[in-house]
Amino acid sequence: MSHDHRAIRAEALESLLIERGWLTADAVDEVIATYNERVGPMNGARVVARAWVDADFKQRLLADGTAAIAELGFGGEQTEKLVVVENTEQIHNVVVCTLCSCYPWAVLGLPPRWYKDPAYRSRVVREPRRVLTEMGVKLPPATRIRVWDSSAEVRYMVLPRRPAGTDGLGEAELAARVTRDSMIGVEVL
Amino acid sequence: MELSGVLAPPMANGEAVFEAPWQGRVFGMARALAEAGLYSWDDFRRCLIDEIARWDREPEGTYAYYDHFLRALERVLAEQGLVAPAELGARVEAFAARPHGHDHPAA
Repeated sequence: MSHDHRAIRAEALESLLIERGWLTADAVDEVIATYNERVGPMNGARVVARAWVDADFKQRLLADGTAAIAELGFGGEQTEKLVVVENTEQIHNVVVCTLCSCYPWAVLGLPPRWYKDPAYRSRVVREPRRVLTEMGVKLPPATRIRVWDSSAEVRYMVLPRRPAGTDGLGEAELAARVTRDSMIGVEVL
Repeated sequence: MELSGVLAPPMANGEAVFEAPWQGRVFGMARALAEAGLYSWDDFRRCLIDEIARWDREPEGTYAYYDHFLRALERVLAEQGLVAPAELGARVEAFAARPHGHDHPAA
């Protein structure tokens, strides 16, 4: 079915819901504006940068992600638990939702298209090293790969390793180095 | 703070959150209705998983995530007795029959 057909279907549905008083166009606009403008990977980047410069924060983040990101004003209305998993020399973490598209919205916004595609959802569990190689991640053979399957209750975010040569950088400059893909685990910084 | 690169809002860093406006409307409706308590997000998610699983079992055509998302929304609304499929079908037909250049009903 074409975009036009979908657009008419969505418009018809919205008009019925508004007529019945269950929805306002403003409420829909508000959700769209939130994810277009206010919630996105820039939030996660700030969390990562803080963890890189503040060892106590990092400890709290790994112990209870939901509570730690609330310190920076993120999360709130979402009830899902956020678990942050740390990349080390020995372990590389990668996140997927095999069933649908669960994703840590509060810190990363909405997932990219490939995250929702059947190929990524099924293959990254079966052959993570190969998928990561295809996505440009080269890991030493000794590094173990751990795949985390998101669910309705638990959302995962990767804490990437701090790149070498960034010792002199401030928190904001560090945040600018953090990419969305590194927080999903399909990029190494 | 200067917002550029990955720190910029999603729309400004070169990657659109939604590929077409209707996808944003559908996502916005699904979230707003859950926030208003008309169903729980878990109810919606169950329908979404089911719609996606159906495609995974028997892939047909190109995978289009928001097609599944829209069908899941229709299903949860039907299950909760909020919008019957026949009502939606009638409204879709009425909208589709509008003459060109009259995309929106007169106020």
